[in-house]
Amino acid sequence: MHNVIKSIGLAIGIVLLGSTSFAAEVSVAVAANFTAPMQKIAQTFEQDTGHKAVLAFGSTGNFYAQIKNGAPFQILLAADDETPARIEKEGLGVTNSRFTYATGKLVLWSKKTGLVDDKGDILRGGTFERLAIANPKLAPYGAAAMETMSKLGVLQSLQPKFVQGENISQTYQFIATENAQLGFVALSQVFADGRLKEGSAWIVPANLHQAIQQDAVLLNNGKDNPAAAALLTYLRTDKVKALIRSFGYDL
Amino acid sequence: MNPLLDVDALSAIRLTLELASLTTVLLLLVATPLAWWLARTTSWWRGPVGAIVALPLVLPPTVLGFYMLIALGPQGPMGQITQALGWGTLSFTFYGLLIGSIIYSLPFAVQPIQHAFEAMGERPMEVAATLRATPLDAFFSVALPLARPGFITAAILSFAHTVGEFGVVLMIGGNIPGKTRVVSTQIYGHVEAMEYTQAHWLAGGMLVFSFVVLLGLNLLNRKTTRVMP
Repeated sequence: MHNVIKSIGLAIGIVLLGSTSFAAEVSVAVAANFTAPMQKIAQTFEQDTGHKAVLAFGSTGNFYAQIKNGAPFQILLAADDETPARIEKEGLGVTNSRFTYATGKLVLWSKKTGLVDDKGDILRGGTFERLAIANPKLAPYGAAAMETMSKLGVLQSLQPKFVQGENISQTYQFIATENAQLGFVALSQVFADGRLKEGSAWIVPANLHQAIQQDAVLLNNGKDNPAAAALLTYLRTDKVKALIRSFGYDL
Repeated sequence: MNPLLDVDALSAIRLTLELASLTTVLLLLVATPLAWWLARTTSWWRGPVGAIVALPLVLPPTVLGFYMLIALGPQGPMGQITQALGWGTLSFTFYGLLIGSIIYSLPFAVQPIQHAFEAMGERPMEVAATLRATPLDAFFSVALPLARPGFITAAILSFAHTVGEFGVVLMIGGNIPGKTRVVSTQIYGHVEAMEYTQAHWLAGGMLVFSFVVLLGLNLLNRKTTRVMP
């Protein structure tokens, strides 16, 4: 009897040991604009490595506040490069673990076909009532939109038509429900398999605004987690890079 | 610089108070006949209508905001009406927020008034009728004064609840300074932008305000119940 209990205990021990050393779980905070690609990546990540990525989607500013207050995330995939830098500087993340996992592309988009021309000339004509942008103070895509309009010299004249979403998803909602005729969103939101899903769009040339670098950072909680290390390596494989590009990001 | 004197903060506070005051006044006008009907009717419709009135209590504001955004949009039913009237669409305007707030705070106005009418019973109106008061006269000179505590509760709760509104304005407001950016969305913006000092000033102010309102309501209710047997 005693032996039986002992061997059961041993068996359980082996299983537990096995699961921690071979397949671990990593908890990842993901910027909302990266939702669709990350869901795909998490799937193939599990197939390829056996590790599981548990994803939380939200805004970078919110995640920062949560991480600062002890949220158990192990990796942050931010919508910008400033927050990960700040996290590292404040000792909340692992030094030198930062890298750019995607560069966002800005797009002027309307749900109406034929409204937005492929040069963005509609911004000069101004024959629309409302232009949606993400809050430039909070969202890098909003800041890039402001920069673009200022370079084109239309910022002053368009300002009265602005409506601001708190983030890029909300900005998309404003346009998708046609409450705003057009607006600046992330290409990844209106793009799939290398083409526009619906409506009309102008992909803003990269030279009209600063690059929207989205950085990843390993948080202190994930320091000793093999799955966290594996995911960060996985994000830099060619296979994943190609997938990220197909969602409308640069790399 | 004292963040309380921040122009943006002041403009958000002013807008919030304007929105809450106007919502309260309009709500009392809408809620009174509705509450009266709900308190007295024996119609089959009482159940469904009462449930619809109570919906904002249980629905997340994002649900209301989401449907409002669709309803107010150019393809939505309200958007079609406002466009036909030549007003354009109401999303991202003060009037859009006003409509949103009225729906959002409806149960907070209707329910206290309805309860006050119900507590009053049939008797006072019957007595008024035997004294040859017309129903309208009886309503204004008997029912309304008797239901006063209910009206006070309704007004204060509608006001306070509108001040605390967040999800609906976030979703249909468009965050336009001086037009649709209220205190709650301003706080959210500060937190997101990691401007914690400003966030603390506004959020702390909101906390104190809400406490004072509820405390006042509590004291007021105790007083009225003591006076009225």
